[in-house]
Amino acid sequence: MLAKLSLVFVIARRELGDQARDWRILTPIAFMALVFPFLMNVAAEKLLELLRSYGVGIISDRMVPFLLMVVGFFPISISLVIALESFVGEKERGTIEALLNSPLSDGQLYLGKLLSSVTAPLLGAFLGMGVYLAACVGRGLALPPAEVVAQVFLLTLVQAVLMVTAAVVISVQATTVRSANLLTSFIVIPMALLVQGESMLLVWGDARTLWLAIFGVLVLTVLVGRVGLSHFRREELLGRELDTLHPRALLRLFARHFRGEARSPREWYLREVPSTLRGLGLPFLLVCLLALGAALAGAGLIQSTGAQAAQRALASSESGRLEALADAWPLFDFHPVATIWWQNVRAMLIAMLLGGLTFGVLGTMPVVLTLLFTGYISASVASSGIPLGSYLAGFILPHGVIEIPAVILATAMILKAGAALAAPGSGRGLGEQFVISLADYARLMLGLVIPLLLISAAIEAWVTPRVALLIFGG
Amino acid sequence: MIAAEHLTKRYDEYLAVADMSFSVQPGQILAFLGPNGAGKTTTVRMLSSVLRPSAGSARVAGFDVEREPEQVRARVGVLTEQQGLYGRMTADDYLDFFARLYGLERTAARTRSLPLLDQFGLAAARKQRIGTYSKGMRQKLALVRTLVHDPPVLLLDEPTSAMDPESAVVVRDVICGQARAGRTLLLCTHNLFEAEQIADRVAVVRKGRLLFEDTKAAFKRQLLGPSQFRARFARPVGDWTPDLPQGVRLVERGSAFLRFQVDEPLNSNPLLMHQMLQQSLELVAFEEMTRNLEEAYVQAVTRLNQEDEARHAG
Repeated sequence: MLAKLSLVFVIARRELGDQARDWRILTPIAFMALVFPFLMNVAAEKLLELLRSYGVGIISDRMVPFLLMVVGFFPISISLVIALESFVGEKERGTIEALLNSPLSDGQLYLGKLLSSVTAPLLGAFLGMGVYLAACVGRGLALPPAEVVAQVFLLTLVQAVLMVTAAVVISVQATTVRSANLLTSFIVIPMALLVQGESMLLVWGDARTLWLAIFGVLVLTVLVGRVGLSHFRREELLGRELDTLHPRALLRLFARHFRGEARSPREWYLREVPSTLRGLGLPFLLVCLLALGAALAGAGLIQSTGAQAAQRALASSESGRLEALADAWPLFDFHPVATIWWQNVRAMLIAMLLGGLTFGVLGTMPVVLTLLFTGYISASVASSGIPLGSYLAGFILPHGVIEIPAVILATAMILKAGAALAAPGSGRGLGEQFVISLADYARLMLGLVIPLLLISAAIEAWVTPRVALLIFGG
Repeated sequence: MIAAEHLTKRYDEYLAVADMSFSVQPGQILAFLGPNGAGKTTTVRMLSSVLRPSAGSARVAGFDVEREPEQVRARVGVLTEQQGLYGRMTADDYLDFFARLYGLERTAARTRSLPLLDQFGLAAARKQRIGTYSKGMRQKLALVRTLVHDPPVLLLDEPTSAMDPESAVVVRDVICGQARAGRTLLLCTHNLFEAEQIADRVAVVRKGRLLFEDTKAAFKRQLLGPSQFRARFARPVGDWTPDLPQGVRLVERGSAFLRFQVDEPLNSNPLLMHQMLQQSLELVAFEEMTRNLEEAYVQAVTRLNQEDEARHAG
């Protein structure tokens, strides 16, 4: 184990030595670490003066940690450049083949490069943050609490690793530094959004939420790192030309996987659609557990929001409103059915899109949020003295017995697709795996979920209000 | 040794290497000949466990390239078309780095690399940055890197490209020395003069297929026919023709020379010379016509191109 790790350090040391000889890398890091913090310090002082003059002390207190995060972020952004240069630059210059011919494993090479790409920018970031904090003390600015400082340092560390791992994923898809640079927007834009979100959390000042955000970024880093590791293979690095998009080939791949072995629509429905369900057991179980957890968490929220919210929630069960709903949605009027059906289908399509970008993680959001809300309403109902069983039977179960399994099934497929993207089969590129997952998802959606959602929408529009009226209408 | 059996590499629809079987024994040099894109580099990459074969198998230095890739890579020295040098490092640091990757400690690495640098005439420049090296020096350094871990198998892709003739001679000597030391060598080259000089066997690859693999003599014989001999005389011989033994054909006649194609020189040549001496012809020389590998290779490629054209026309 130690011998294997020592090779990781051999790779990292060589690359760090190379970086140390390159003024184009050292100069910006040195500037960001030694000059930029002082500029931020002056900015912090002036901002605090301005904000205090308007009496917004609560915001001014959070400026110091916010600018600390900014000071840390700029140096680590250089890690993206270093990583692309390290991974794609070696490919382009042809130096990587000599490394690939050595007994190094793919993982050792990957980790060595990861380490070397992160080290210098991270040291620069930490040094800069230290200088910034020291200058704050020198200028008499109040330092943020130790917990917040620790959070910002941790966030900087995790972000740097996330950026480099994402750069590796891009590097495997690119054969030249130019094409890799063109792909960096796929890192820069999500990172910008992430930093904006983190800034909001810092200004909001909720330490618990910030810990959750750090954990979230850490999970994402592990997932992206896993993708990088599974794609960083000799075969991928030398045998592929990925700069060009081949829409026809991708369409053929999609069609092949969507159709499967079927020779007729009947055969497809009877054989291929059920075959899609195979292998969904574990993700289905995971989504069920997640849904249960969300429902329980939603029920728990009643503790903090109290009975008033519960009363508001129950307003919808007044018999007058139910009668109005039953009138507005007459039996066999297809318009409300289409509206409900499209609402659910759209949610699942967005879930797939989000899941595709986050390895399935955010694809679970529709289920989680719906069940969180359902749990909250159910708890509210129970706390108001209405029998929970009657509420569920009147409002949820008539259509829910079909809708909830259908949505869980689709979410399970998103989770499975996310896992497959994180660790694709041998010889498959990221794009190919994405298309195959999309074909599987389309097969499940068209063959099962969309028809089930149509049935549940019809029940929700035509049956549920009437059952609810029967139970609660007196 | 190297032993490949039905080695195949496919990229989707494209067949890069098809059903290739060959072997190279320790102490032998096999020259891999073929145009660009013939599948030579892909074959080398499969033999060095960098690419996984789509079908077939290969054993290199006693290890399976698919199942034991790290053992294979530890025992193979690969010189690729691209030299893979880091311009900011010195030769010493560069060789130390690669030696560490192959599990050699610094002292062992230096003990191994210094004589090699000396052999290639790079000892004086070993503390210079590689970026300052000439093309030939870079190629030599890449070759030193290939040898630094003392591998039993060497896979060399165009080892003397970009080299001046003097350096090329040094490199060829080293390569022959490696073969004499019992190493197994596979040499990909477009330089047929080089292949003729140093290879024991030749393999011709085209469109991913191995068309021929045998000794140089067998290769020439197959493509250019049996050996040819020329008898030169001091004076014109007029229209004199010897009684041609079985397996001998007269292919050219000049005023003072005759050229024969001979299937079995050991049996037929003494008979021919005996007739000439009996006729009191003043025989100046009886010599084998030189036929080089290049001639045979060009002949082979021309024939294959003609076959392709005929197939397309048909």
